[in-house]
Amino acid sequence: MEHPFEVSYLRWIVLLPLLGAAVNGLLGATLQKRYGKNAISLIACSVVGGAFLCAVAAFLHIWRLGPEHRFLLDTLIAPWIHIGDLKVDIAFWVDPLSAVMILIVTGIGGLIHVYSIGYMHDDESYWRFFTFLNLFTAAMLTLVLGDNLLLLFVGWEGVGLCSYALIGFWYKEHANTTAGNKAFIVNRIGDAGFTLGIFTIFWGLSSAGHGTTPVFREMAPVAHYLQTVTVWGIPAATLAALFLFIGATGKSAQIPLYVWLPDAMAGPTPVSALIHAATMVTAGVYMMARMHFVFSLSPVAMNVVATVGALTAIFAATIGLAQNDIKRVLAYSTVSQLGYMVLGVGVGAYAAAIFHLLTHAFFKACLFLGSGSVIHAMGGEQDMRKMGGLKDKMPYTFMTFFISTLAIAGIPPLSGFFSKDEILWKTFSSGHAGLWLLGFAGAGMTAFYMFRQVFMTFFGESRADHHTQHHLHESPPVMTYPLIILATGAVLAGFLGVPAALGGGNRFEQWLEPVLAGGHGHAAHAVEHAVEASEYLLMAASVGIAALGIALAYQMYYRKTLSPEVFASAGGGVLYDLVYNKYYIDEIYQATFVRGTLALSWLGANFDLYVIDYIVNGAARVTAFLAWLNGWFDNLVIDGIVNAIADAIFAIGNRLRQVQTGSINVYLYVIVGAVAAAQFLPRLSSAMLTTLLIVVSIGLVVVGVLALLSGRRPLWRPPILRGGAPESH
Amino acid sequence: MNGALLDIGLRHFLLVSLVVFALGLYCVLTRKNAIGILMGVELILNSANINYIAFSHFSSGRYDGQIFAIFVIMLAAAEAVIGLAIVLGIYQNFATIDVEATDNLQG
Repeated sequence: MEHPFEVSYLRWIVLLPLLGAAVNGLLGATLQKRYGKNAISLIACSVVGGAFLCAVAAFLHIWRLGPEHRFLLDTLIAPWIHIGDLKVDIAFWVDPLSAVMILIVTGIGGLIHVYSIGYMHDDESYWRFFTFLNLFTAAMLTLVLGDNLLLLFVGWEGVGLCSYALIGFWYKEHANTTAGNKAFIVNRIGDAGFTLGIFTIFWGLSSAGHGTTPVFREMAPVAHYLQTVTVWGIPAATLAALFLFIGATGKSAQIPLYVWLPDAMAGPTPVSALIHAATMVTAGVYMMARMHFVFSLSPVAMNVVATVGALTAIFAATIGLAQNDIKRVLAYSTVSQLGYMVLGVGVGAYAAAIFHLLTHAFFKACLFLGSGSVIHAMGGEQDMRKMGGLKDKMPYTFMTFFISTLAIAGIPPLSGFFSKDEILWKTFSSGHAGLWLLGFAGAGMTAFYMFRQVFMTFFGESRADHHTQHHLHESPPVMTYPLIILATGAVLAGFLGVPAALGGGNRFEQWLEPVLAGGHGHAAHAVEHAVEASEYLLMAASVGIAALGIALAYQMYYRKTLSPEVFASAGGGVLYDLVYNKYYIDEIYQATFVRGTLALSWLGANFDLYVIDYIVNGAARVTAFLAWLNGWFDNLVIDGIVNAIADAIFAIGNRLRQVQTGSINVYLYVIVGAVAAAQFLPRLSSAMLTTLLIVVSIGLVVVGVLALLSGRRPLWRPPILRGGAPESH
Repeated sequence: MNGALLDIGLRHFLLVSLVVFALGLYCVLTRKNAIGILMGVELILNSANINYIAFSHFSSGRYDGQIFAIFVIMLAAAEAVIGLAIVLGIYQNFATIDVEATDNLQG
């Protein structure tokens, strides 16, 4: 991977959708009013188209390079964080893994943009929709193109934000905004784990003396030092992998954080297709494949990942069996398929997981868009019990939906067969027979609930009311063409990775090998091309159980020779109730986490109200009391002293003024007396003079005090208020 | 300068002056009539005049004392003018010139 090619067009893959989002976001309302909705969608679709062309260029570029040199870098964008040894730049790279991802995001994302032109046509917030769709695309591309963990995290949060905004797109209904909040909050839990994972890696690497670099290609060669650092006896590698996996369970909707995804169906259907099926929810799988050099270090973490993946796959599949909402079935199906991808990661078959990610993007996007087409035709109805018989009314939608259903059910030679079987085979061959059995059973259920959906929606008699039936129509070409392209992809994508056992040589795995073979342990092991008889056996079994599921659905929902009620009432109906109510997981979470949080916040609020506030108010009261005391002291003592002095002076003055008789004779006597007395002063000694002075002073003070004590007026009233000029005749 | 009885010296003048001063002071201190007080002041001034002239005559032989005496006479005239004007003012305000009645400045 030395000497990467520096190219400068990678940035446009991200910047073009960002530009589209900026233009539509800032000017969209005006543009829509002045030039109509076509201007909005022209901008939005052309920027994604431009990004797609850049992505194709990048793909062809690395296609021509040798397998060891498939690596493009665009580092000239901007420096970002430079603190001490830590150097993080906004830099993009394309290697075989991100090449696959950007093609999915821009290609399938572009088709969904085009589809949205038709689907969202009557919505007045058209511009807002496309703004967020563009912003999402930019964020998702940042996630997959970022050449370091922190930039990946920026994209990770960006897609979460757009997901939240688009789930609550029709915010006038409270349920939708609640669903958005749920998605956002549940993802926060996962993100907390993700950030802890990042910190653990930083801490672990720097503890081992290998600097803190977030750049993937610099991290990979030193990642094995994470095993040398331990926390409470747990290797940092295990800890980091588990934390990162918590992040993945949030974003990729795994047990126990999957609960937001079914609710996320409140958003417009193109959003479900783009964000909650094809791209964003696969970010967790992408991240784990990207960080495979950490995961591969820890067999413990890998086993956890694989187990959670397999359990999610079958758990969500069982819930999907009993749902009646057309989009909810697809939502649980998505959770289930994501479980397969995570299972693939967990058994070290990263390439198989990414392969399934690719094929799933095609057929699940097609299924969602097809269901959107149905909902569009049905005037917003999502309950499959009120559908039926749509195949003649909507031939294109039916054909594409049917093909994609075959693909997800794992019927050869459609794409789902190759990718899902690859994962199952890798699971089995790496010695996880139990997990294989779970995945195997899940595959059968997948086939069953998908065909149940097809039969309920497209076959049989229409159960819609008269008005809706009259209104039924095939969707416009702008919606059906994307469906056709996606269905074509769902058919053909599998041929990219035909396994060696079927003579294909698995070119997809070879393509990703330069990226994923760099790790240690599982990945290298998984690449072995052992053609064994058991592989054929497992393939046949997969096809067999899929066929069984289809046949069961056919009997129950098309021929109606088997009554679903028979199965529903098995075990006293308890099982059915459990599955129909999604194992009451939402209720359990509501009762424990949500209630618990609310109780905790109630406790906190009351603690605040009664303890903290009491202390604060108490402090205020004490202060007020002290201030009152102070005021009292000031009024009585300080003012008393001040007033006493003033009063004394006043009283002295009052006495002294009586010297001023106003009688001229008296004055003359005083003058004469003083002149006479002055004759004696020079004859007095200084001691006698001092004594005289002291006697006179003491006399004055005594006069003052006496005058004060004889006080005719209260002490505390300032003299100035006493009024009254000196009395006169 | 030869007769025994008429051998009047400085001492006699000072004696007369003392008597006049004492009379003037007594007059000033005891009179209730403002004009009476003024008259007492005149006596005091004139006792001073006698002193001036006597000291001048019996000491230097020059006329400094006499000149000062003339100054004092002039001053006494001015003083009488102002004093009488004040007395006139008092009379207009109080309808009396009894100094015991005019104690408005009493503290």
